[in-house]
Amino acid sequence: MTDLSRRAALKGAGAGTLLAAAMAAGLLRPSDALADWNKGAFEAKTVSDALKSLKVVSPAETKDIAIKAPDIAENGAVVPIEIQSNIPGTKSIAVLIEKNPFPYAGSFDVSQGAMPFVALRVKIGESSNVRVVVATADGRFYTAVKEVKVTIGGCGG
Amino acid sequence: MADPMRIRARLEGDVADVRVLMAHPMETGQRKDAAGNVVPLHFIQTITAHLNGKPVFQAEVSQAISRNPVFGFKVKGAKAGDKLTITWIDNKGDKRTDEMTLAAG
Amino acid sequence: MKRALTLCVAATFAAATAFPQPAAAQSKAGAAKPPPTAVERDAVTAEFEKFREVLEDANPAELFEAKGEELWKARRGPNNASLERCDLGLGPGVVKGAYVHLPRYFADVDKVMDAERRIVHCMTTLQGFKLEELAKRPFSTANATPDPVALVTYVAGQSRGMKIAVPQKHPKERATFEVGREIFFYRAGSYDFSCASCHGEDGKRIRTQQLPNFTKADQAIRAYQGWPGYRLTGGVMHTLQWRLWDCFRQQRFPEPGYVSDSLTALLTYLAVNANGQVYKGPGIKR
Repeated sequence: MTDLSRRAALKGAGAGTLLAAAMAAGLLRPSDALADWNKGAFEAKTVSDALKSLKVVSPAETKDIAIKAPDIAENGAVVPIEIQSNIPGTKSIAVLIEKNPFPYAGSFDVSQGAMPFVALRVKIGESSNVRVVVATADGRFYTAVKEVKVTIGGCGG
Repeated sequence: MADPMRIRARLEGDVADVRVLMAHPMETGQRKDAAGNVVPLHFIQTITAHLNGKPVFQAEVSQAISRNPVFGFKVKGAKAGDKLTITWIDNKGDKRTDEMTLAAG
Repeated sequence: MKRALTLCVAATFAAATAFPQPAAAQSKAGAAKPPPTAVERDAVTAEFEKFREVLEDANPAELFEAKGEELWKARRGPNNASLERCDLGLGPGVVKGAYVHLPRYFADVDKVMDAERRIVHCMTTLQGFKLEELAKRPFSTANATPDPVALVTYVAGQSRGMKIAVPQKHPKERATFEVGREIFFYRAGSYDFSCASCHGEDGKRIRTQQLPNFTKADQAIRAYQGWPGYRLTGGVMHTLQWRLWDCFRQQRFPEPGYVSDSLTALLTYLAVNANGQVYKGPGIKR
């Protein structure tokens, strides 16, 4: 999960103008400015490396994360996924597509007034497990998977 | 500037069930155009949603999110008349903010 | 005679005729899985339909509908005029409900026109655009969506939830239907295909996609429903003009002219077969 304390510091008073000035002076490229975008995790080529960058420790397999996704996706370019975490104290929900070249697809911070739910649409390159990792307020991690098969379809219509 | 987002929010009690459709190519940097040139990486990286100015939902995402992304999330403690604002920022530093006022469920 | 199987149609036409194989023959191949049973194949289709509904709930087509509405109302072209006086068949400027009454006869041109053709006609006559220019790049690419495509999406959206009611009153409307039917069954091209080769019988499929039988009223809706459609492949908006052009391409037919008579005729045949069913608006296509 993104380190929430870093995010809070960035959004502090003055941080906005400092960044803007640095960008204007050409010292920062736009992607640098997004310090709260976990480059290490997004560039990881394996699930375990991504989880390391996300500082996920010993995620426990659980049945309390419901992943709604097709068993077989009609088109791997747009696979709709809905995740509902029924684990008390859910802080954030991370999604990884295990067989994608860069498995980490993103994470969703629901700790500030959202329900532990997210719907998203992802690209899945080949039949793969969709792995979800939930972080809870007590510093624990939980995980579940759903397999999504991707086919070569027909002539589109 | 990118096309506007389309935001739909349905109030169920004090929970706003939000669906947002964003106009963005979400290029992976792997695709070649008709001329055979690689289309560079161009994708939304962060999304934030505010309710009456307070952050309620945030996300960091990759180019593995589908083109013209759709996200769904549910905001607690919402009521008719509240202002929901959603912002995305992409890897080129472009950003887009759209807002809507919640209507009675 | 089998040719190099480079196109999905050719590949699957062979597959469609080969399916299903008896289990005994398959096991001789060694580790190959047995082909799916009819029940399993229908389960796949049901799964596709379930999740297509999820995707249609928040459809990127809405982005193009919104764009189309902007374009309809904006003063554009050499004449600096909007399309708000365009007559889509229900009177000048009446957009609501017009799409489900198209194709239809228009007295001002003494011809039957389909939706895209009529919109292009208004773009040329009211706004001064040139058909030759619009016909150069009529279909969406990842980088650009042609204006007529967005406009058709907007107009189609304004018939959301309405019953398809393509008229067959005028003699030219009936004649156009007959021509469309003839084209549908016309075998030609190097594969000797007609539309009916894929869409004229029950139970056909291409890999995982079911092929609806458009000659039957209850399946003809599938030629109409969901178009214009946001195509997941490529993430682009496509109208029926594109869909028919692509079918012709796969059949190894000569390229049909953009908004030409033959496409109007085929569209009339397909739409009339779907009359009475409810049009749900722009959809999602694979």
